Amino acid sequence: MSESFTKGMARNIYYGGSIFFFLIFLALTFHTVKEMPKRDNRQNITEAVERGKHLWEKNNCIGCHTLIGEGAYFAPELMNVYDRRGGGNEEAFKAFLNGWMNAQPLNIPGRRQMPNFHLNDQEIDDLAEFLKWTSELDANNWPPNIEG
Amino acid sequence: MNTLKYQSQAVAKPYFIFAMILFVGQILFGLIMGLQYVVGDFLGGLIPFNVARMVHTNLLIVWLLFGFMGAAYYLVPEEAETELYSPKLAIILFWIFAAAGVLTILGYLLVPYSTLADITFNELWPTMGREFLEQPTLTKIGIVVVCLGFLFNLGMTILKGRKTAINMVMMTGLVGLAVFFLFAFYNPTNLALDKYFWWFVVHLWVEGVWELIMGAILAYVLIKVTGVDREVIEKWLYVIIAMALISGILGTGHHFYWLMTPEYWQWVGSIFSALEPLPFFAMVLYAFNMVNRRRREHPNKAATLWALGTAVMAFLGAGVWGFLHTLSFVNYYTHGSQITAAHGHMAFYGAYAMIVMTIISYAMPKLRGIGEANCNKAQVVEMWGFWLMTVAMVFITLFLTGAGILQVWLQRLPESGEALSFMATQDKLAIFYWLREIAGVIFLFGLIAYLTSFFISEKKATA
Repeated sequence: MSESFTKGMARNIYYGGSIFFFLIFLALTFHTVKEMPKRDNRQNITEAVERGKHLWEKNNCIGCHTLIGEGAYFAPELMNVYDRRGGGNEEAFKAFLNGWMNAQPLNIPGRRQMPNFHLNDQEIDDLAEFLKWTSELDANNWPPNIEG
Repeated sequence: MNTLKYQSQAVAKPYFIFAMILFVGQILFGLIMGLQYVVGDFLGGLIPFNVARMVHTNLLIVWLLFGFMGAAYYLVPEEAETELYSPKLAIILFWIFAAAGVLTILGYLLVPYSTLADITFNELWPTMGREFLEQPTLTKIGIVVVCLGFLFNLGMTILKGRKTAINMVMMTGLVGLAVFFLFAFYNPTNLALDKYFWWFVVHLWVEGVWELIMGAILAYVLIKVTGVDREVIEKWLYVIIAMALISGILGTGHHFYWLMTPEYWQWVGSIFSALEPLPFFAMVLYAFNMVNRRRREHPNKAATLWALGTAVMAFLGAGVWGFLHTLSFVNYYTHGSQITAAHGHMAFYGAYAMIVMTIISYAMPKLRGIGEANCNKAQVVEMWGFWLMTVAMVFITLFLTGAGILQVWLQRLPESGEALSFMATQDKLAIFYWLREIAGVIFLFGLIAYLTSFFISEKKATA
């Protein structure tokens, strides 16, 4: 590196540059949070959705599945499972989810195993409400297709 | 024989040793998961995949933190030209952190996760069950306490001593690490906000402040092994971390493409994250340049190899493999696929596992009273460890990339109705997963060779 470019200049670029871009980041974050209600349907977050999210976290679902593409890549994406398995119909989805959760573990030799989390009917219903709400989020048109 | 400049640097030793022990655990659980990818019911009832994954990723994070702390305790006093403010505090914090870490991992393994949530009072302040932040809230509080004590100890040391650029950058990185971790306590009911601010921990750590820590450690080791003038190395350090933060802060946007966010993040994220490889490329140029311009022949060849290796592998893993899927129109199809896993593996190994092994390689012979370097035979075995682990990681990354490309092709690109389902796609990827598992076993051999090198001494070598 050229001698005329000194350490002091490099240091100033570091401090000035990172502070400048961090402030822009904060401003964009502020704007994003303000815009979020248009896309997250927060008015539909019922107590059941809230309980469902806690169940989602308490059973570490993200340890195998992805939710909007984030999580582990071992098991299917669940943001749109409401549409994939319920065809967008609430009753059909709830019936499916209840049957599915109670059928675990499937014990098919060699197949990836989902544990049984011993949820009661009320809890499975809450989880279904959470996944229904999630399926209605506007994540900029992701995922590309129904398979997630 | 005493080979330390400042006696208090010795507190780094237990941190490094414990980091290595956790590293072994991380790799063993990685192999279990790798096998579960193809033999789905392997240990199914005993260690479900989600538990193995949590142990694998949490052990990684914790051993890297132990490594960073050890590095700081080793290099800060020497840079500041004074003894550590309180070696006793450093040792107490070591035991607290080690106990909290071991208890948490045992909690993951011995009881169902929901039980762990109950017995640690998660409902009082729910923070569990989010990727990488699975630790019970109590553990998270413990981490904050340990970090505060650690920063206090280092801060007091730097205050009474010389304030070099390396120390200031290291300190900035560590303070940033502690500050951004606080977002782990923010877990709103609204998933949109939850996910957005989750990235303030995850991205601003690994693509932000951790790069400062990496840069500072690398600069320190390069000064020591090359003898190049500090002014030159510190100038490079500032240039590299300036590029890292200027690209990396707004580069966070590449995680906001598919959240409940305005579209402009697709532009901001794509443009700035496309610049993220630059600091890593500069790091490669700088590491090789400094070693070529060396003013001394340092006897620790292994440490020099690690320093060059970490720069190259960080560039490939974080830089090139990051760029592969960072543009929003590519990421739309690759988001959350095996491509992500490929990038994650090589980036973490190259940038962070290897920088910790760089400082361990440099510091351990001194901490153990051996001298400037291990005997030649030990270094040869250590270099075997380096090459086996690094080449194995290159193959792990290539196989996961292959799996990812095929996954995108079968599952993501076709229209609904024509696309293969997730599980059907996974079956088609089996060959890649088997090859990845084999590469993982080679990695384990490399790790064993690396650890063996610590037990080879001069006497044994000549016997």
